[in-house]
Amino acid sequence: MRYLIAGAGPAGVVAAETLRRADPQATVRLFCGEQEPVYSRMAIPYLLAHKIDERGTWLREPGHFEALGIELVHQRIESVEWDTHTVRRADGQREHYDRLLIATGARPATPPVPGMDLPGVRHCWTLGDARAIAARARPGSRVVLMGAGFIGCIILEALVLRGVRLTVIEAEDRMVPRMMDATGGAMLQAWCERKGVRVHTATQVLGVERAGSDTLAVHCEHGAVHPAELLVVATGVLPNLDLVADGTRLSLETGRGIRVDPWQRSSDPDVFAAGDVCESVDWYSGERAVYAIQPAAVEQGRIAALNMCGRPVRYAGALPMNILDTLGLVTVSFGHWAGVPGGESVRRAEPGRSRYLRLEFDERDRLVGAIVVGLPEHVGVLRGLLQRRAPLGAWKARLARSPTRIAEAFVACTATTGLGDAASP
Amino acid sequence: MLKALSIVPDKCTGCMQCELACSYEHEGVFNPARSRIRVFHFHDEARYVPYTCTQCAEAWCQLACPVEAIQINPHTGAKEVIENLCVGCKVCTIACPFGTVNYNQATGKVIKCDLCGGDPACARYCPTGAITYVDADLTAYERMRMWAARTDTQAQASA
Ligand SMILES: Cc1cc2nc3c(=O)[nH]c(=O)nc-3n(C[C@H](O)[C@H](O)[C@H](O)COP(=O)(O)OP(=O)(O)OC[C@H]3O[C@@H](n4cnc5c(N)ncnc54)[C@H](O)[C@@H]3O)c2cc1C
Repeated sequence: MRYLIAGAGPAGVVAAETLRRADPQATVRLFCGEQEPVYSRMAIPYLLAHKIDERGTWLREPGHFEALGIELVHQRIESVEWDTHTVRRADGQREHYDRLLIATGARPATPPVPGMDLPGVRHCWTLGDARAIAARARPGSRVVLMGAGFIGCIILEALVLRGVRLTVIEAEDRMVPRMMDATGGAMLQAWCERKGVRVHTATQVLGVERAGSDTLAVHCEHGAVHPAELLVVATGVLPNLDLVADGTRLSLETGRGIRVDPWQRSSDPDVFAAGDVCESVDWYSGERAVYAIQPAAVEQGRIAALNMCGRPVRYAGALPMNILDTLGLVTVSFGHWAGVPGGESVRRAEPGRSRYLRLEFDERDRLVGAIVVGLPEHVGVLRGLLQRRAPLGAWKARLARSPTRIAEAFVACTATTGLGDAASP
Repeated sequence: MLKALSIVPDKCTGCMQCELACSYEHEGVFNPARSRIRVFHFHDEARYVPYTCTQCAEAWCQLACPVEAIQINPHTGAKEVIENLCVGCKVCTIACPFGTVNYNQATGKVIKCDLCGGDPACARYCPTGAITYVDADLTAYERMRMWAARTDTQAQASA
């Protein structure tokens, strides 16, 4: 068996390791499209914050892949010929596969405003971006961050820790709009402002101009102009569809990402996809979804690999989950935190203490989503409760009175104490 | 033979010795808030339940870690946090569906049960035998119950 994996991010790496363990005889070739050691995007903010050096961003120790007998190839895959099961590499060589995994991740979106190609305007996506940002984000530098979504907010902290003077511009009406409701977003914004970050929500960046040899002028709505040495763009991500884009036609079934079935298989039976590049389904609604988060990427990589080597394993669907630490304030969200039709909501907010808990239940008394601000202990149990999809029974009413008893609810409802009234279906 | 923590809630009296022993072993202080094992008190039922990482086979925390900072100790089988690799991103704290990995603001790293390198302090100081450290197959029953309580269907299918 000859397995090729396009993309050596977390999804590709976990898939390669899983294939290796599950099929010791097979050839496993992992293609890394960047001329860098195999690294983790997620670790970049900690590099910028001086918590680690570049080595600290590496996904695996040097020699790891060789030791396992995984062939790591530093070649971008340029195209795939589906009929002949062949990939073409950047150097023009062709390679045959029996099964192919596409784990090429996502790319950062570039907003359609003038000036995005100026020096001093950067995404924060690759190690190369990190080096360019580090060169410009010096203590006292003026930096504008465009986009206060989840990834934007992680970068926000790293920039503040570098000692820059930071202004954040967010087009929507609050920070992390896909992770926090108005209450949580407002707490986060107040917290950032107390730490000296200027945050402008409901404001668009209209364009960027050069305003001096090393200075940019960032133009916003209502005539506001922010001078800056650096503009960091974090306005969302898009699955990398180059391999399936064939002129204007798409060669595999594609929605926002490459569509996969619950076995991570694409519309071509010998081609699988995992991670930020794929469109799987939401764990609760079953609707098509791309969540582009690390836990989903690695779980899909593992499941894709098992199915590729003939061990049928079904993915339960992607569960959105995010945790953010913004200069000491930990915010967390899971699942359908905005609630579902016919469901019920429990909310406890203490804005003065930057604490907030919101739990959402469906009509069958199952937990379907949660927001947590400032209460980071045992947050993982929320995932446990969401994925068990079991009615909470008597615990629902207890949680409505005291939502912070969530960890107790989990322990009471799980195996340690017997399955009780929350037994799995 | 690998050993595992066996927890029998019925024997727990809620004395908190395990939490104190754990925090002292790892942090040098007697402070239940910094313990890796936690005793839940269910007032309604007058029941105490010690709760910590089961070193589960799925190792969600290890899988989710972006920098290989959670590794298996070959002697104990425990999933351990390698402090100098952990960047404090906390993804493991939400990926673990048991909620047994937590963030320590003081160090900027996550903490979880590491079986104390093979001599768990919680078991050593438990006066009633509610927590014991036994050959792994003796806790097979608990493991099976855990299995039944699986958090996803994929793991069942891969059995
Ligand atoms: C700054 C930042 C912070 C983040 N923080 C978090 C966080 O805290 N929590 C969280 O859950 N998620 C976070 N994420 C998102 C997380 O990093 C991604 O979800 C995760 O990396 C997805 O893994 P992947 O393997 O699918 O894709 P990627 O990590 O993008 O890896 C894909 C790899 O494929 C390569 N590639 C692309 N095309 C080709 C080709 N044609 N041939 C060969 N190779 C190719 C790419 O160069 C890349 O190396 C963060 C992302 C960023 C940028």
